[in-house]
Amino acid sequence: MELLEKLTILADAAKYDAACTSSGAKRGHRDGMIGCTSSSVVGCCHTFSADGRCVTLLKVLLSNDCSYECKYCVNRRSNDTPRATFEPRELAELTIGFYRRNYIEGLFLSSAVLASPDRTTELMIAALRILREDYRFNGYIHAKAIPGTSPELVTQLGLLADRLSVNIELPSEAALRSLAPNKTKRAILAPMQQIRDEVIESKAELVKYRSAPRFAPAGQATQLIVGASGESDRHILNLTESLYARYRLKRVFYSAYVPVVENTLLPSLDTKPPLLREHRLYQADWLLRFYGFRADELLDENQPNFDPRLDPKCCWALRHPEFFPVEVNRADYEALLRVPGMGVISARRILVARRTGPLHTDDLRKLGVVMKRAQYFLTCCGQAAVPLRLSYAGVLSSLLAVERESLNPAQGEQLSLFA
Amino acid sequence: MKWRDVIYQYDGSFDGLLCCIFESYTQKENPTAIVCGEDSEWSLFETRVIVTEGAHAERVGRSLRKISRDVLPLLRRVHLTCLPDKELAIYRFVAKLYREGAPYLTRLSDDAYQPLLRAAHHLSSEVELLRGFIRFSDYGGVLGAEISPKNRVLPLLRGHFAERCHDEAFFIYDHTHHEALLYAAGRSHIVPLDDFEAAPPGAEELAYRQLWRRFYDTIAIRERENPKLRINHMPKRYWKHMTEFQIDGSTLPSAQQISAQNMPSSTV
Repeated sequence: MELLEKLTILADAAKYDAACTSSGAKRGHRDGMIGCTSSSVVGCCHTFSADGRCVTLLKVLLSNDCSYECKYCVNRRSNDTPRATFEPRELAELTIGFYRRNYIEGLFLSSAVLASPDRTTELMIAALRILREDYRFNGYIHAKAIPGTSPELVTQLGLLADRLSVNIELPSEAALRSLAPNKTKRAILAPMQQIRDEVIESKAELVKYRSAPRFAPAGQATQLIVGASGESDRHILNLTESLYARYRLKRVFYSAYVPVVENTLLPSLDTKPPLLREHRLYQADWLLRFYGFRADELLDENQPNFDPRLDPKCCWALRHPEFFPVEVNRADYEALLRVPGMGVISARRILVARRTGPLHTDDLRKLGVVMKRAQYFLTCCGQAAVPLRLSYAGVLSSLLAVERESLNPAQGEQLSLFA
Repeated sequence: MKWRDVIYQYDGSFDGLLCCIFESYTQKENPTAIVCGEDSEWSLFETRVIVTEGAHAERVGRSLRKISRDVLPLLRRVHLTCLPDKELAIYRFVAKLYREGAPYLTRLSDDAYQPLLRAAHHLSSEVELLRGFIRFSDYGGVLGAEISPKNRVLPLLRGHFAERCHDEAFFIYDHTHHEALLYAAGRSHIVPLDDFEAAPPGAEELAYRQLWRRFYDTIAIRERENPKLRINHMPKRYWKHMTEFQIDGSTLPSAQQISAQNMPSSTV
């Protein structure tokens, strides 16, 4: 099969994997090797696809000839779809050709399960070895570890890749059992545990020996599918929080379920992907990681799902009027972060700017605070930032209006289901 | 004693701008405009041509460094931006900085400071975007790319690509500012170049472009299509130099056409 055809099939099969980052490994130029990793904290976006998602790596499956039967997956064994497999060498050559032309930062390699997890991983290792050793590639590699792979092979994979992921896919064991019977919870969590331990061990070794081998220097990530099974947002968020804590993940990705298959256990084929729900989950994920929130502050038994009309931070602020208003010239950093419309960068700028003199509402706007949201929750030198004091209902309806404006059409459509 | 109003004409370099500042303070002149190169605009004020002198620039640089180490790097960056009347904006900032000293640097929202910060931020954003959007073509072993940025980004892209393409030879041509970044064997230069036209690509180059375009067309999830979001992240003015939006002469079957065909289920 020609390379162009293989690329079409295997890129198409890999596109539902949401992971898209290229940051976390800091490798400058090395003599005799091609390329380096991105020095920026946010990685490098080489292009954006027609669905608006960032493309930074050559994201492909090594093979889509799967022997598993996961009911939601387009590559499942029983599906009648063209199958292809890359030769390890042709994949490596393609990666280098794209990298030199600055199309990509590196390679994202996943695979369907060819015969067995170990066999598949051996082929992946072969491709990565050719890329690293024969083609002397020094850029970014993100490899997916297949659940059920032997520990020795996971170790070899980690020594070649910058980041490793094991996709959890379904947020509960019950869902796994009914929708992906070949993948057990144990088979998924065991490699995650191993990767966590080996990353820690590798970092400790590096402190002692500078040339110690690096195992997955950019850490570990995972992915959850949103909307394929019936779990609540609270369930997903609690799972996210415990994954970050227990497995020291760098990122948890959410992928809105896109129906590609007709099955009584899955949402119907004409269900639209829950993009708004995915968006709220990402916002909540950011709140957990950068804004000091806990999962149980955002959602609890009384509110197990996000209000789709408002972002999670506004919801929290409206439920906790006792915390506000926050005095911009005196509040500490953690309190500033809790104000809707206040980001990490604006808060840091406020801390610098208020050292020489008091800040007023106009200054805040120039410092990047989104006053349309923040004005109801702030005071500057004791004066409320909003001209007229509003009741709870008034604040709520103003925030709803601001939010409706800011949603893009695809998300806004989903909002109309709840109006 | 009121300072004389004049117009300065300088050579466009950052050191030249520092010399303008030097002249202003030594001659007690107030520049109402600082222009670059020949300007046949008729004006009420006297125009003085400022010659760039290393010693003068160094003195101003030292005085700024004494106030803070961060000032000169910021001003260098602002000088690369496309801020209208940036020279005058920089001059006004420096004047205010001299008057008020280091505490002025924390007043991020001040009217003479904030526009500089915003312009520098705009420059940084463009550099970040271009790091990803620049597309090289392989011309017989030499990599070449073209860009049309708003700001003068080549000095800031130099380090990044020198490291990424360390053992390659490459050039990047800036259509807006008519200059080119040339790199080979560890050395780089930015030279003025009036015009540039790319040579026709070879067969291997065409093949890689086709592969990239196919990849780009394939990875979008149709149910999530969102042109507005794509343009938000990737403004249309960058598209003309990006391979995925270009069409090379030959007609190539699209991804839709291939998948519509009845393909035999073959492996390897």
